[in-house]
Amino acid sequence: MAVYLQFIIDVLSLGGAYALMALGLVIVYGILRLVNFAYGELIMVSGYTMFLLGDSALPWIVMAAAGVFMAIVGGIVTDYVAFRPVRTKSVTAVLITSFAFSTLLQNAALLFISPRPRNVPLPDIFSETVRFAGVVTPARNLITIAAAVILLAVFAWMMKRTVLGVAMRAAATHFTMARMLGVSANLIISTAFAISGLFAGIVSLFWIGRIGSVVPGIGLEPLLIAFIATVIGGMRSLQGAVLGGFLLAFIDTGLNYSLPQDLLKFLDAFTFSLVILILLWRPAGLMKGPASGQRT
Amino acid sequence: MKDTRLSLVILIAFVIVLVAGAEIAEIRLFVRIATNLSISLILVLGLQVFMGNSGILSFAHIGFMGVGAYASAVLTIPLQMRGMALPDLYPIMAGLQVSPYVGILIGGLTAAAVAALVSYPLMRLSDAAAVITSFALLVVLHTVMLQWSAITNGPRTLFGIPKATDLYLAAGFAILAIIGAMLFRESRTGLLLRATRDDEIGAGAIGANVSRLRWKAFVLSALFAGIAGALWGHFITSFSPKAFYLKETFVILGMLVIGGAPTVTGAVIGTFLVVFSFEALRAVEASLNAAKIFTGQVVGLTEVVLALAMIAILILRPGGLFATMEIGVLLGRRRKKSNEGEKPSEGEK
Repeated sequence: MAVYLQFIIDVLSLGGAYALMALGLVIVYGILRLVNFAYGELIMVSGYTMFLLGDSALPWIVMAAAGVFMAIVGGIVTDYVAFRPVRTKSVTAVLITSFAFSTLLQNAALLFISPRPRNVPLPDIFSETVRFAGVVTPARNLITIAAAVILLAVFAWMMKRTVLGVAMRAAATHFTMARMLGVSANLIISTAFAISGLFAGIVSLFWIGRIGSVVPGIGLEPLLIAFIATVIGGMRSLQGAVLGGFLLAFIDTGLNYSLPQDLLKFLDAFTFSLVILILLWRPAGLMKGPASGQRT
Repeated sequence: MKDTRLSLVILIAFVIVLVAGAEIAEIRLFVRIATNLSISLILVLGLQVFMGNSGILSFAHIGFMGVGAYASAVLTIPLQMRGMALPDLYPIMAGLQVSPYVGILIGGLTAAAVAALVSYPLMRLSDAAAVITSFALLVVLHTVMLQWSAITNGPRTLFGIPKATDLYLAAGFAILAIIGAMLFRESRTGLLLRATRDDEIGAGAIGANVSRLRWKAFVLSALFAGIAGALWGHFITSFSPKAFYLKETFVILGMLVIGGAPTVTGAVIGTFLVVFSFEALRAVEASLNAAKIFTGQVVGLTEVVLALAMIAILILRPGGLFATMEIGVLLGRRRKKSNEGEKPSEGEK
């Protein structure tokens, strides 16, 4: 019984983080139908902000807020540098500018900070463990689950009930029509990038909280995870991204519990082969998004 | 056709001037740079064959370079070193040794064969789905190289590969690659493929088999990548799977995109530009490190500048420097214009 409970907690905490990562990627993709390769670097930006503030006497929560804020700023800057100037011209060009922007940020961190890992301040509660019903689990896992649930609920409410949310869903369904009805394209896209940055920033708290340090290449793994999760769930559906995140966490944790050690090394190859198979079987993912419109 | 021949002559002249320059200067560093440039040229041309003609961004190219490099290395490491370099090699391959020149060809063919097997179903996808699957393919290839210890020595460095690549061999293959890429572009397959790039549904409607055309280009492009990888392996003589991943992908994509993916001219010019500016920046980085102006090592400067250059070029010219026409066509038009007594006007297609 305790093993099952442990398994469920593991899946939910990992899945919560994965779902947030996937949502951050999909909110931009849904509107622009363009992949933001610089998404992982937003997590890095947040991590380095916290490292730079680490020596100050500020309470942790202020540092965390500053990290999340910088990730949001980073998201908006991505839009202005890599997307807005080339958005209407060529799909390939945008993919490459976002890839270039990702390399730019990573190497700027190499150049100006250090190639070596840097410690990030963590609150005490992250290293504590909780014991209940015969299960010992890090308190961090439970906080991740709570944060994911709250954020997903707020996000769902925002998309359903607020004018901005409705406008964003409209833009994802039919961009040209939404613009004709008075939705400002640039505003919507910048908002999507800001939300993407918000998710990246919050994920970074938990992601970096597990490792305790930040390196320039830290963004790659979350980016890959977000890729797999969105592809499994459906590239254009927000619910699909959340579903994909939890499903991926289930598969990963399940394989981790069951696979023998010498096959575990190939875990990445297995999961990515799964992505290829799913895309071949259903190019739109498990959940179909709104019918595609024109991108401008 | 005359214009194509003119383009070929000009582009091959670039390579010949490079080789002659490196030989006359007789500086070992220059010969090294020129050899590296020739190998990059083969890689970028390979990428151009697929990306330029099909219009689909591919991240997997560097993975096939790795396949070629490892395939050739496994067959050419001298037998007496084999036990040390690859202790877990399968017995059936342990006694087999071929000359590096055969190894290079086998490397190319292996990469092409792997590409032919895995890519056929992927060629049905377009747009973002195609990009993500190619990214996934790169990760799969990288993971396999990293973990298949029997063949690749795992994440550790594989050493003992005989040195066989010199400037002439690399440049010779580069010239062949230029001719191959140009011939493919002008061939029936290339022309049809470019039609699917410009209008996938339209080309499909007149009977072009889109996924089959793309598949042909992909296999050819993997052949180029495999040969380039094997050449590089026999040049550098020891490498690890790290050499075939995102950083390198970024560099060759940068070369192609700055030059202009749709044309062979763009691939060649882009490679020359990026390699030369890379070497210059690296020299700056080295002298900064030697002068100890900063407390730490200066790393990543070259990539930062390349990234900025890529973004700037794509904002100003989304198609790259040579976005539509080969250099021979451009010159041919200009000549015709001046014969007619007109001024060549800007902005005319």
